[in-house]
Amino acid sequence: MIAHMKPSSGAHVGANNSVSHIMWQVMLAISPATAFGLLCFGWPALNLFVITVLSAVAFEALCLRLKGRVAKPVIMDGSAVLTGWLLAMTLPPWAPWWVGVVGSGLAIILGKQVYGGLGQNLFNPAMLARVALLISFPIEMTTWANVSPLFFSHSPGLIESWHITFSGLDNIDASTGATTLGFIKTEFSQNRLLTDILKDTSGFLSFIGWSRGSLGETSALLLGLGGIWLIRQNIIQWQIPVSLLLTVALLAGVFHTMDSEHYVSPLLHLNSGALMCVAFFIATDYVTSPNTKAGQLVFGAGCGLLIFVIRTWGAYPEGAGFAVLLMNSATPLIDHYIRPRIYGRDRKGKPLEIPKS
Amino acid sequence: MYVLSAIVSLTLLGLVLGLLLGIAGKYLKVESSPIVDELEALLPGSQCGQCGFPGCRPAAEALAEGNAPATMCPPGGSALAEQIAALLGLDLDLSDVKEPELLVARVSEATCTGCTRCFKVCPTDAIVGAPKQIHAVVADACIACKKCVEVCPTECLQMHPIEVTLRNWRWAKPLNVPVQPMGTGSNAVC
Amino acid sequence: MLSLFKKPRFRGGVHAEEHKTATAALPIATDFPLPKKLYIPLQQHVGKPAEPVIMVGEKVLKGQLLAYSQGLISAPVHAPSSGIIVDVNDYPAPHPSALPIRTIVLETDGKDEWMATPVALDPFQLNPEEISFRVGAAGIVGLGGATFPTAVKLNMGRENHVDTLIINGSECEPYLCCDDRLMQERAGEIIDGVRLMLHGMETEQAVVAIEDNKPLAFLEMLAAAEPYAQIKVIQIPTRYPMGWDRQLIRYVTGKEVPVGCRSSEVGVTIHNVGTAYAVHKAIRLGQPLLGRVVTVAGGAVKRPMNVEVPFGTLISELFDFCGVRSDETARIIMGGPMMGDSLPHTGLPTVKATSGILALTQSELKNTEEQPCIRCASCVSVCPAGLRPLDMANNIRINQLDAAVDLGLKDCISCGCCSYICPSNIPLVQFFKYASGEVIARQQAQHKSEQTKRLIDARNARMERIAQQQREEELARIAAKAERERLKAEQEALV
Repeated sequence: MIAHMKPSSGAHVGANNSVSHIMWQVMLAISPATAFGLLCFGWPALNLFVITVLSAVAFEALCLRLKGRVAKPVIMDGSAVLTGWLLAMTLPPWAPWWVGVVGSGLAIILGKQVYGGLGQNLFNPAMLARVALLISFPIEMTTWANVSPLFFSHSPGLIESWHITFSGLDNIDASTGATTLGFIKTEFSQNRLLTDILKDTSGFLSFIGWSRGSLGETSALLLGLGGIWLIRQNIIQWQIPVSLLLTVALLAGVFHTMDSEHYVSPLLHLNSGALMCVAFFIATDYVTSPNTKAGQLVFGAGCGLLIFVIRTWGAYPEGAGFAVLLMNSATPLIDHYIRPRIYGRDRKGKPLEIPKS
Repeated sequence: MYVLSAIVSLTLLGLVLGLLLGIAGKYLKVESSPIVDELEALLPGSQCGQCGFPGCRPAAEALAEGNAPATMCPPGGSALAEQIAALLGLDLDLSDVKEPELLVARVSEATCTGCTRCFKVCPTDAIVGAPKQIHAVVADACIACKKCVEVCPTECLQMHPIEVTLRNWRWAKPLNVPVQPMGTGSNAVC
Repeated sequence: MLSLFKKPRFRGGVHAEEHKTATAALPIATDFPLPKKLYIPLQQHVGKPAEPVIMVGEKVLKGQLLAYSQGLISAPVHAPSSGIIVDVNDYPAPHPSALPIRTIVLETDGKDEWMATPVALDPFQLNPEEISFRVGAAGIVGLGGATFPTAVKLNMGRENHVDTLIINGSECEPYLCCDDRLMQERAGEIIDGVRLMLHGMETEQAVVAIEDNKPLAFLEMLAAAEPYAQIKVIQIPTRYPMGWDRQLIRYVTGKEVPVGCRSSEVGVTIHNVGTAYAVHKAIRLGQPLLGRVVTVAGGAVKRPMNVEVPFGTLISELFDFCGVRSDETARIIMGGPMMGDSLPHTGLPTVKATSGILALTQSELKNTEEQPCIRCASCVSVCPAGLRPLDMANNIRINQLDAAVDLGLKDCISCGCCSYICPSNIPLVQFFKYASGEVIARQQAQHKSEQTKRLIDARNARMERIAQQQREEELARIAAKAERERLKAEQEALV
């Protein structure tokens, strides 16, 4: 006879999915865009990326030790690496090393561990860190390096890149400039019109990512492809990206047709800033987004609306970080009001009436 | 100059508002029903004394004064602790509440002398018997206060755990061990 | 594979790996050797246990009544084979706890002798009530696993004038294929049973719903139902839990059963194909329910197959017949791997609810290393009942049972879809089962403390009465004494 076994209930078989599987798939999806960004911005970008990810892992290990837990199994689930990676993607590519370290610290400690660890945070950790960095260190966070692709002549070599990362840039004006959105905002204050401002900007180059911007967020094309792949793999649902992008595009379209000299076109919106990255990888974060499909549509639309409003009328050229944080705070409210209908009950929770037949 | 006026005006504002709050706290206070009565209504009322107080009313008074934790009543278990905590607005730490081991008293008929001491002290009249007759415990009414066990001269009354049958078997709560704590290697299986 | 275009009629669910190909191709094994001893529990159904009519030492024939049903919701138990009753006592039940249940132990004599089974020549001449009565007397209960007494359900259907009888041939649980083989081999008998049920409920039409992963069964049943216009056979998409009765009703008829109502109140009744087959045998052949087809499958089984076994057969004997490697067996499950219960050992009997016994290896089982909930909400999207398992489980974890009940804990059907899909391997269904049991236990504790208060008050009142009585007697005694003294004084005064 087989020996006695303890009672087990519920589903005895499973889908063989796991948290680390999900995390690694997301990392796979953002790899093309990240690789392209590293290629575009050279060694300093690589240094920053490595430093940010490693410090994220280090801070996570530190917090776990303080809690009295074994660090390795938790690190292996990949969530700290992913947080560091996403944060690195949103940083200016030639930012000094301490921006990466402070950012990771804010993201992991204040954005995740003080709430209780994985699954407990209210705000997206990467966005929390980025916004905190932006407000605290505006100069460093708005210094956008020119595109100086790796192995090309004007790209800094390895030793020079360490100098840039650890001691800061020497001649800022020669090697940096403004992003498209930032340029538009400053030029608007000079009362120039859009067609005039944008005459040197190529839409195609912005689309593939050959323009100034954050480390991993320049290439709308690669981010979009990665995002679509994630949806196909059923890791994320289409509701948030589609509603977010559609809302931005619609609003931009409406205002652009009304006044094409003062309002940026929808295509430019989609190509620039962090929009693609936020739509597919940041707003879709499980922990901070609503649980139901309808709720996710509302969430995405809200993000899109806020992004458009901040970009057009706000003081900052890029509003995605703020928009995501604001909508994260609204997620519990969305979840409270938008819930699935229980079988046999109406929307309010009362049993249905018996159909008279 | 501006700084000084800012400091002065904010301080004055703080003082005035604080005064208003104090007055409101005194004169607009809402009288609530005596919390001790409500607490006493929650407690089982068996006066078993397992909490260390001489009865349920003194225990309720101690709870109201904050001299006793919400988990003080063993027969009430975690359900009662939660109710007390909800009433008093306390934070609750249920980690050391053991579910009360459900016990019933049972008379061992071989050694019962029919002295009647037990049913005189039973607070719920759960023991039936008469002088010189063997007594018996009505299990449904027994609240395991153990008063009968204390007075029985022949020790024929003993406490036994309630038998688990198919009817009252329950699923255990899954253990909450997300990641192994330091030092142990056990798996989180329940 | 039919795609789910009829979205609003089906919600959630998972596509579990089926593991049915090996067993579904083999015919039902009818050569299972008769066991030496049969352990027949007295409660194999929902409702009150049956009460024995036989005594230890009595000789019984196959099909003889062993215990009669008690009360309205109950079912009788019959002897699966001929032999001698050797014990009526408590034996371990086929339940995760293996706690004792009252059981009749029958030692078979190998002759397998039937008792006389008189049959009606034309059952369609019988009254519908008579049909229900015979079904009840045969001990037939829902063989899909719910084990609700079929006669009671037929009566409810007749009283509520249901217009549709749905026959559940979905068998959505992985590994199980006893219904599949039954439909492939005995379609004619099943359809006959359906016709008898229609007669017993006075219902016009029946719909047999078969999942589309069983094409051969569908063809057989279609052919068998051909002559009868009132029986339609349809295919439904393969998705777990298609066989959940409320889901099936909504899919087939579009009607939704309100919470707290029975399906007969919306004009529909559901029965399993195995139950229909048992009804055919009971009415046409006069044979009570004595056994059933059981799927024995799992990675640790050498010869997985469907076997027809008499009730009371110990699982260890089933395993010997099919060749189970006990060193590889990590878990024994009665039923399917999604909703079935694990059993602690194999010394337990097969009963009316046993649609399958699985011996699963460690690799087939779900990973049990629990991780924190990442709020991915996969559980919300797969829940067929429209609940939010993550919120309920998180509340139960911190003992907020009232919040969990408000979220809809009582509407959970324990289908296991949420546990199946959870990437953090959280045992969600166990949380819900624990919480349901705990809510009941707290209600019982509440009743007990109210009862205790009443008893204490009653006792105090009694003591008060006694004290009062004593005081009155004392006063009366004093008064009487005073009276006596006064009389005495008067008498002395007269003298």
